[in-house]
Amino acid sequence: MNYKNFEPKIIAFLCNWCAYAGADMAGTSRLKYPANVVPIKVMCSGRIDPEFVIDAFEKGADGVFIGGCHPGDCHYVNGNIRTRRRVAMMKKLLEQMGINPRRLRLEWISATEGAKFAKVMEEFVNEIREIGPLRRK
Amino acid sequence: MKKKIAMYWGAGCGGCDVSLLGIHEKLLDLLDDIEIVFWPCAFDAKYEDLEKMPDKSIDIAFYNGAIRTAENEEIAKLLRKKAKILVAYGSCAIEGCVIGLANLYDRQDIFNVVYLKNETTKNDEKVLPKEKIDELELPEFLPYLKTLEQVVKVDAFIPGCPPPKPVLEEALEALLQGKTKFGKSVALCDECPRKDTKPDKIEISRFYRWHEKEDDGSCFLAQGIICMGPATLAGCGGECIAANIPCTGCMGPTPKVRNQGAAMLSAIASLLGEIDEEKEEEVLNSIHDMVGTFYKYTAAKLLPKGRVKDES
Repeated sequence: MNYKNFEPKIIAFLCNWCAYAGADMAGTSRLKYPANVVPIKVMCSGRIDPEFVIDAFEKGADGVFIGGCHPGDCHYVNGNIRTRRRVAMMKKLLEQMGINPRRLRLEWISATEGAKFAKVMEEFVNEIREIGPLRRK
Repeated sequence: MKKKIAMYWGAGCGGCDVSLLGIHEKLLDLLDDIEIVFWPCAFDAKYEDLEKMPDKSIDIAFYNGAIRTAENEEIAKLLRKKAKILVAYGSCAIEGCVIGLANLYDRQDIFNVVYLKNETTKNDEKVLPKEKIDELELPEFLPYLKTLEQVVKVDAFIPGCPPPKPVLEEALEALLQGKTKFGKSVALCDECPRKDTKPDKIEISRFYRWHEKEDDGSCFLAQGIICMGPATLAGCGGECIAANIPCTGCMGPTPKVRNQGAAMLSAIASLLGEIDEEKEEEVLNSIHDMVGTFYKYTAAKLLPKGRVKDES
């Protein structure tokens, strides 16, 4: 199928201490990344209830991104580890619901990794563009 | 004056109708206060009779079962018009229940399995449900299953599959006094018969299915058996746990939670002990059916508009 004119809507949940700071870093370094991403700051990636992800898809997101601290770096000790487990289960759940699990992506981004943030966003938006819009029958 | 009561059976197993008899001798006291005007399961009544009743003439209408056919939907709307208080009775009416799992598939998939590919069904002419045969009209099998609340405004909810005796008794008493808010607001763990055996910190290192482990009589989650208790509303008294069966969540979520399955899924992630990433993947992969485990009763609310179309 041809999705050339399709602009995906991506919700990005970013943790306050690493991923959001990484996004800031991308900004202050004047790095370019697609405007499809809507960032939402949370205190910890562990705060992201699986319900938020389902709600995002329900309300029109084509992709959901979760950014947290690298394992071992979590400001709250193990919030990111719990997120990793939740994402693993969520992916299976989404697949059963009929949503491509690639629409949910988890990445570890530290405060200094502005370049990684920009690169991952570019990659993710392209991936969602390839998968196409999420529609209901 | 006696209160006028109606009870309708939508798409469900019929257990809800029977559960009303489950309050035993209290039913006799109840009959002094009520007059049943419409209950297709218990006595002969035609839809015309219901149509002829003046609007708002029924005091309390109980609707059990989900909305699967156009007929269910029509009666739901009719009862809404005729009743002062419309009550979603049981898990099907509130959140779709087990039959709501059908929303993981579309209508054609369901027809294929039920009428065409089923090994015990002989259907050489490939007859599928129709809406019109000659002059006879049949209600449409809707594209996906809906809960009562997705069709009409609902005033009160009696949870459970079917509503257990203590829940039902409390609800009926409240409803007859005109109250629409009743029931508990805590999780099942609060009144669990195995409450005392729950350790301060649960650390699961692998999951077992019911038959894979000999039950030692302690908290199911501590044993590694998934029990929906922490994410499920209390009120039933833990009948299943008392019969050595872990909770599957028929009472639905507590009032503070909207998404029961997500809450439990989230909790499971916190209950795993300190294990490395590889082991973690293995442990989580041992939960095979995510929707069936965490959304057994709420799948229709998880997928409110039917299956998502995603080519992957």
